[in-house]
Amino acid sequence: MDNARPLHWAPSLQPFRGQWDDTAARHLLRRTQFGVKLADLKNVKDIGLAASLDNLLNDQLPQPLPPVKDYNPNSAVVPDVLITGGQTWVNDPVTDGTINSLRRASFKKWWVGQMLNQQISLREKMTLFWHNHFATESVDIGNAQYLFKHHSFLRKNALGNFKHLVREITTDPAMLVYLNGQNNNKSAPDENYAREIQELFVIGKGKGSGFNESDVKAAARVLTGWRNNAAEIKSLFDPNRHDINDKQFSEFYQNKKIVGRTGVDGGAIELGEMIDMLFATNEVALYLCRRLYVWFIHYQITPEIEEAIIVPLAQAFRQNNYEIKPVLRLLLESEHFFDPMNRGCQIKSPVDMLIGMLREMEVKLPSDSQYTTQYGLWNQLVNYLTNMQQNIGDPPDVSGWKAYYQEPGYYKFWINTDTLPKRIQYLDSLVAIGYTFGGFKMVVDGVSWIKLFPNPEDPNSLVEALCVHLLGIDISAAHKAQLKTDFLLAGQSQDYYWTDAWELFISTPSNMANTKHVSTAVTSLIKYLVDLPEYQLC
Amino acid sequence: MKRRKFIKSIAPAGIMVPSFVQGIGFKAFNTGHTFLNQVLLPTGDNNRVLVIVQLNGGNDGLNTVIPIDNYSQYVNARKNIFIDESKVLKLRGHDRVGLHPSMIGMQQLFNEDKLHIVQSVGYAQPNFSHFRATDIWMSASDSKQVLTSGWLGRFLDEAYPGFPAGYPNINMPDPLAIQIGSVASLTLQGPIQPMGMSISNPSSFYNLVNNREDAAPNTLAGMELSYIRETSRQAQKFSEVIKAANAKVIVQNLYPTGNTLADQLKIVARLIKGGLKTKIYIVNYGGFDTHANQVESGNNGSGTHARLLGNVSAAIKAFMDDLVYLGIDDRVLGMTFSEFGRRILSNASRGTDHGAAAPLFVFGTRVQGGISGSNPIIPTNVGVGDNIPFQYDFRSVYASILSNWLCVDDTLLNTVLLKNFQNLPLTKLGTCSVLKPVGDPENLLVLYPNPFYKSVAIQFKTIGGHTLLQILDGAGRLVKILYDKEVAEGTYRVDFNGEYLPPGIYYVRLQNQLIQQVKSILKV
Repeated sequence: MDNARPLHWAPSLQPFRGQWDDTAARHLLRRTQFGVKLADLKNVKDIGLAASLDNLLNDQLPQPLPPVKDYNPNSAVVPDVLITGGQTWVNDPVTDGTINSLRRASFKKWWVGQMLNQQISLREKMTLFWHNHFATESVDIGNAQYLFKHHSFLRKNALGNFKHLVREITTDPAMLVYLNGQNNNKSAPDENYAREIQELFVIGKGKGSGFNESDVKAAARVLTGWRNNAAEIKSLFDPNRHDINDKQFSEFYQNKKIVGRTGVDGGAIELGEMIDMLFATNEVALYLCRRLYVWFIHYQITPEIEEAIIVPLAQAFRQNNYEIKPVLRLLLESEHFFDPMNRGCQIKSPVDMLIGMLREMEVKLPSDSQYTTQYGLWNQLVNYLTNMQQNIGDPPDVSGWKAYYQEPGYYKFWINTDTLPKRIQYLDSLVAIGYTFGGFKMVVDGVSWIKLFPNPEDPNSLVEALCVHLLGIDISAAHKAQLKTDFLLAGQSQDYYWTDAWELFISTPSNMANTKHVSTAVTSLIKYLVDLPEYQLC
Repeated sequence: MKRRKFIKSIAPAGIMVPSFVQGIGFKAFNTGHTFLNQVLLPTGDNNRVLVIVQLNGGNDGLNTVIPIDNYSQYVNARKNIFIDESKVLKLRGHDRVGLHPSMIGMQQLFNEDKLHIVQSVGYAQPNFSHFRATDIWMSASDSKQVLTSGWLGRFLDEAYPGFPAGYPNINMPDPLAIQIGSVASLTLQGPIQPMGMSISNPSSFYNLVNNREDAAPNTLAGMELSYIRETSRQAQKFSEVIKAANAKVIVQNLYPTGNTLADQLKIVARLIKGGLKTKIYIVNYGGFDTHANQVESGNNGSGTHARLLGNVSAAIKAFMDDLVYLGIDDRVLGMTFSEFGRRILSNASRGTDHGAAAPLFVFGTRVQGGISGSNPIIPTNVGVGDNIPFQYDFRSVYASILSNWLCVDDTLLNTVLLKNFQNLPLTKLGTCSVLKPVGDPENLLVLYPNPFYKSVAIQFKTIGGHTLLQILDGAGRLVKILYDKEVAEGTYRVDFNGEYLPPGIYYVRLQNQLIQQVKSILKV
């Protein structure tokens, strides 16, 4: 609650002019990727900020191969016999509830796989952003093909155009199911989507927001008539269910009247007018920029930050016709983004924590050819994430995860007396024990990993490198010295004790006693570091 | 340690008692003991517990408590989802009101005077957004007012000053509040930090290690770091007492299976019986956002809503039976709430959209049975936007429970709930005959007058060193820093002129090295 920002502090969207060093490059990667790989860090550091942003914002990456049938359909009433294991199911229509449930699970595992295998790109972090923003629950959507179509759209447009996203999401089959749009008809309008598009997706509830209940009702009537065609996995407009009366909006929308339309194009025309009306307000850009700010920087949006960051960012967003990329670029290359005040101040989401850890410690996972084992291990990660309260594909409700909107705690919602011990438990188990599925062990190989650092034989350099790489806030020199002594020198005072042990390990790995000793020391040190509260920050 | 010394040192000095009694602010009715004796009781006699059952999503009140006296209008408004009159469960002594057919357990409780129904609970200018309406209920704010602390968080902050510094202690060796599940609720958010603990499994806790700690920097990152460390400390401190309490209870009465609300309430009963002095428990049950298919086609008495209400009813009945079996039913009061009711007119998807006021339930052996209020009025030509207006402000329910069950005195009640609310007869008379246990009595902050209009005198005690005194508003924003310097140990006073501030709740926060204490103050 203390005002933690110094008084002279002035936020600025001016381009970053500070030193382009490892610390700055790491900060960029921590916030735009899940976890930082040493090779990625080197790449970003070498090519510089501008070229790195070109890579991060590249929206021409090929789309990944779709999820495959990893399940045994025998428990279903009508098994999906047309496709075999390892083939994708996304084009195979089914109505069986069990099969749909297995496919939704397959999709979630696959999604974890995409996050683990991300390249230097904002796509994964922005796909999750949009999933949180246009939050839907897979269990309510039911139909796995709708679910995958919805997700693919967000993924393809993760760096696209916000207005286009809103337009398409409005008549997306999964969304029509989730917020009851498919039941919305002229005889009894269903207001669910009409409310959320304004409150959560486009306008928000900021101080400049002024839509009212009559706007919700008018929007619901504009949206009457949309239904789904399950056979074709697409939505359609049924003019017979559409309210053809005029729809009057409030002063907040300049008293806009949307003239009621008949005919097969009536719904799309009215919807287009309504989207134009929503996007004509100033609030849209302000709202989305605040949400991006909370996602990429921190949740404390002070009046100074609103003035110096949000307002100009929103202006750029409007000038660029709601294209996402220019806004992200402006934010991520700014002085403000790299301000030391804004580093290390995010509490990692479960995805950041778990996927980030596996990536930054180069944990090996099975290849696509071993899809059964691969999906089995991904499944365990989905379970870990769910227990830590980030069940991807099934956020708590339509407002997404509380960490991104709930005052006063925001990110603190990830951490409580139940979830913190679970985080530590999962981290410990992946560092020290591992999780085995299908004969494959998913575990941190600490010794192999630290070989990637410069001078692992120097205990000072090693402790320093690990702390800098892993911790959101650096620890004191005295603390590091203690870690060196306790873990690497086994209580001795001479550095060569570790250097000798390491060099013997490199030259004679068959010396089992020494190898075991080195490996235990490294594992214990890593376990200690990930257990530190500082590791929860990025 | 420090606290015990304090009690010892003040024990003979009767003159000091009123100051901290005033600070704690609890009622003492019919007490046979002297005040001093009561205060020094290690645990106190008041061992009452409040259990909150949150029904997430907005429960459809009209199909829960069904108006029989305007049944034809009800049917007219809900052509595709109305409950058949012959199936509505009758309530003893009340022929104009009935319960949904799946709520057999709650019907029994009502007929045994263990259930009180409060009709049409809500507030002025209802909000129809799930998350804003939930915040309003949890923070006990007005419709347009944004508060970032919860009503029970504020209560606990007043009752146990200084928490978490100095806790656990002999008066409160256990968590102040427990939320079953992995999510923390705004209800338990204090002015500065969460006052509750979240647990999902009381028999297993992962052992957290005590690491060496470097000072947290005074940055945003440092702020988050301190929070994580504090959570870690609390998890360690309280996991042992919870495990121990949980292990003490071997046999419980039967609970229904496949009912997650029953699973949670079973844990609550076990922890209470196991001896925890925890005052508040919160459990959750979701799925009430019934925009579509809330009833089965052609069979309105079954379907999603029937299943939900059936589970709520069976879980609460089993919980009550278990409390009787365990011999602790006299100590426990429960209440349900949902962020809103639903629209009077049903929609075409055999569902209902977001609405306004709705009935809520208060249950317990010490409840005064019956119904507060009358059936909602249903217009003959009901429109799509028509909503049920509120008869009772939801904060009247809170106020009645705080005052008559948790024995909070009127001054403190005003600062917890920010206003004076009507007291409802929800519990049996005389339930506040025993003094509450006090929290840590080391009261470092004395505010006078409270409520204030122009200026308030703030007296604070510091152990020396850096001492910070701040005024925060109800949303947790910093209003003013009154004091921020290194001082010698002693008692100091500053006057704060808040004439310019809008009326409402404010907090005075003292931070002195590792100690912090927050007191609420009401500007009128």
